[in-house]
Amino acid sequence: MERPAWAPRSIDISVPSVARMYDYYLGGSHNFEVDRQAARRAMGSIPGLPKIMQANRAFMRRAVRYAVGQGVTQFLDIGSGIPTFGSVHEVARAAGPDARVMYVDHDPVAVAHSQAVLADDELADVLAADLRRPEEILTSHQVTRLIDLNRPVALLLVAILHFVEDADDPYGAVARLRDALAPGSLLVLTHASYEHIPLPPERAGGAVGVYEDIRNPLIMRSREDIARFFEGYDMVEPGLVPLVEWRPDTAPEDEDPYGSSGYAGVGRTA
Amino acid sequence: MIAEPDGPEDRLRRFATIWSRAVFPVTATSLTRPEFEQRLVPLARRLSEALRARTFEPEEGRAVGAALVAEHCTDPEALSRSLDCVDAYLVLYCGGEGGYAEDQRVRAARLQHAMAAGYAAALRDRTLTEQEAISAAALAAQGAVAQALHATEARFRAVFEGAAIGIGIADLDGNILQVNGALLRMFGGGSEQSLRGHKVQNWTHTEDAPHVWRLYQELVDGKREHYHVEKAFNRPDGTVLWTNLTVSLLRDADGEPQYQLALMEDTTERRLLNLRLRYEATHDALTGLPNRTLFFERLEKALAAGDGQRFGLCYLDLDGFKAINDSLGHAAGDRLLVEIADRLQACVTAPGEMVARLGGDEFVALITGPDTQKAVDELAERVLGALATPVRIEGRELLVRGSIGIVEGPAGERGAAEVLRSADITMYRAKAAGGNRYEIADAEADARAITRHSLTMALPMALDRGEFFIEYQPLVHLGDGSVRGAEALVRWLHPQHGVLGPDRFIPLAEDTGLIVPLGRWVLEQSVRQAREWREKERAGDYTGPLRVNVNLSPCQLTHPRLVQDTVDILERAGVEPGALCLEVTESALIGADDEVLKPLRRLAEMGVDIALDDFGTGYSNLANLRRLPVSILKLDRSFTRGMQHFPADPVDQKIVEGIVSLAHSLDLAVTVEGVETGHQAEQLRVMGCDTAQGWYYARPGPPDRLHELALVDAS
Repeated sequence: MERPAWAPRSIDISVPSVARMYDYYLGGSHNFEVDRQAARRAMGSIPGLPKIMQANRAFMRRAVRYAVGQGVTQFLDIGSGIPTFGSVHEVARAAGPDARVMYVDHDPVAVAHSQAVLADDELADVLAADLRRPEEILTSHQVTRLIDLNRPVALLLVAILHFVEDADDPYGAVARLRDALAPGSLLVLTHASYEHIPLPPERAGGAVGVYEDIRNPLIMRSREDIARFFEGYDMVEPGLVPLVEWRPDTAPEDEDPYGSSGYAGVGRTA
Repeated sequence: MIAEPDGPEDRLRRFATIWSRAVFPVTATSLTRPEFEQRLVPLARRLSEALRARTFEPEEGRAVGAALVAEHCTDPEALSRSLDCVDAYLVLYCGGEGGYAEDQRVRAARLQHAMAAGYAAALRDRTLTEQEAISAAALAAQGAVAQALHATEARFRAVFEGAAIGIGIADLDGNILQVNGALLRMFGGGSEQSLRGHKVQNWTHTEDAPHVWRLYQELVDGKREHYHVEKAFNRPDGTVLWTNLTVSLLRDADGEPQYQLALMEDTTERRLLNLRLRYEATHDALTGLPNRTLFFERLEKALAAGDGQRFGLCYLDLDGFKAINDSLGHAAGDRLLVEIADRLQACVTAPGEMVARLGGDEFVALITGPDTQKAVDELAERVLGALATPVRIEGRELLVRGSIGIVEGPAGERGAAEVLRSADITMYRAKAAGGNRYEIADAEADARAITRHSLTMALPMALDRGEFFIEYQPLVHLGDGSVRGAEALVRWLHPQHGVLGPDRFIPLAEDTGLIVPLGRWVLEQSVRQAREWREKERAGDYTGPLRVNVNLSPCQLTHPRLVQDTVDILERAGVEPGALCLEVTESALIGADDEVLKPLRRLAEMGVDIALDDFGTGYSNLANLRRLPVSILKLDRSFTRGMQHFPADPVDQKIVEGIVSLAHSLDLAVTVEGVETGHQAEQLRVMGCDTAQGWYYARPGPPDRLHELALVDAS
């Protein structure tokens, strides 16, 4: 693997990784004790974190199925993490066997894991790159090999933008990606927010502190700010809504109350 | 399969619904609960069938437990809740009729045991597998990073080793940790070990600027990110290495200072070259003395010195050097200058003293200090004393004298140019007073004096502005007293200083090369004047001169266009060559080779008369006269001086008689200069001189006055 210029000079697995913490929330064992300690601390503030993650996964599953239903079978999943189960290519393949999936993550361990999982998969690949440098993603030979940017693409930014600080211009990065996508492409996005979280913000803030401590700040944004990521997109019904309210398969009252934490939405380029 | 209401299938599904409702909240699946329930139906069926099978297979429980893990029910709470469900509802919804009930309860319990075991085994396997996978991923990622790092390091090492500039790394205590090959080579080769373990602080050098080590300290203290200096190092072999040195502070990821990085470029060669160029730019190539540039630097420094500091300056010009140069040749003149330079150098030995050659035969000596009034006079005495001993050149003893102008005063009052001008003027006063002496500058004399400098600067413009004019002094035939010709004498009507004689500016014109255009102009004017005279004569009733004498300087003599220019001028004016006599000084011709004589011969062949001017002042070789293309000897005025009074000096008389007799035997006419009395004129006539010139007849004047003179004479 060619080491991108921005990649860390060494990999320190004594530092918690958000990708492995995410895996832990979802009951996986693709994690180390430091990850679990950090995750447990965060769960001390927001006990329902696993449910929020689960709701994210469930939304992504619905959105991927929606995309395939709309005829979009190319997926660019940035911030893919460690796809323990129900990952995009599994869901997409279930709906459309020829779906192509490009995973992108900046966590080298997550990337290495994905490489192992996808080793024999011709229609799925993983790229070590950073959302903050969209140009590197769009011009990488992996992306250009697998994804035809002249045809619609479903761009998945699931549970990633809340890890990009304003100083790193997340709106600019999202806009740059949008400009590279063919008409009819979809933006599938979720984002953490204090809104609808069934806890007082000062309590939920404890979890934010944990991410601060591991030098991977979690940026809680308002619905209004999250909606700005969809600039240049037409919102797909029902718009930008709490996670579980986006085209639910079941009655919302069946869902865990934490499932409403954070926003989800899908937009389509004209 | 269509489930009959409350049939076995319907009851199985109701069991699955209950089970899924219990477990779903603790799963991590992304399935919806109804989807998840669908996944549980086959598991429920296996349990149901095991419950009612003829032969009881508790292993089915194991399989169901493992299947739960496969459905991502990795939270042990899911197992607990599943077992609760089985315990409470399996027999109820899936049990058979009647008397089997007790047996089925036992079977359900055993199925639970098996489920727990199967779940635990599957979870353990999955956990281990995933741990293995993530560890492998971490290793792979680390390996990739390490490999990339290794490649990067290899690249950097290649840069480090292959760099043409010296690179060294030291810790903040100054311990040298690593140096590259270029740096080692700069220090004269040797192994890295020879430098490693060294301390940077030991690299002091006597030429270190004071700020070098202050900058170093600031850097290692973390107060400065880098510095750039020119620094010398001692090589092990004792030679000096000069470098352009850049030192940077290297910090770690947290910004703490860690190392110092030195980049050095070997500037030794360049520096030597610069020094040599600087030396060449500041020293006179002939004598090795400091030149005008360096002298001005020092003088300016001396003049800028603080309170209480004074300076003294001796401006020396050799007397009669030009004659030596002209008669003995430039090589001899150069050797003389070198000898004089050595002697002068020996006169200034104290610190703060210097001697420099400004050019030609001009030297300056500079002294500085608090008490230069007396010292500068002593210095001038020493210089004159040093010249007193004759210089031996080519077997001859040459006595060289000098004239010195002294300027002395406190620093901080005058500029260098002003001081030098004053010294120059003062030197001329010494020269005017007879030479071989020194004079001390005084402001009034300065103001009156006309500096050579200002005249030199004004010369080129003067020609353009027509500030030159020509006076003519008649040449009288001693036999009949008739005016036979006139010598053209150039004058400069200087706007500030009035009329200046040729002795004031001809040497300057020769130095600057202006003599060539000026000489051509004089020749043109004189030839035109000769034509005018001849036209008057043709018009009748004219008894004035018909021929004109024009002086040629040594510079003109060697000018390649001399013959052509002269021919052009004569032709343009329509004057025959016989109307022109060119006067060349004796010193310019003695020792001249055929190359120099050739143009004169050609002119003589054309009919131009050549006169040997100032005859008797140079180191004449009388035998040489034969081969010179001259037809007239002009005796120097020094011979006639002794005849101004009665009785005349008999020695002078004998000499003149001898020369005249010699000249006539060589078919040369003799002209005498400086005739001031009738007695003189008479004597010279008796001695056989042909032509005379002097105040007795007429001073030089405008051309129309000559006619009057001739009329007076005739009367």
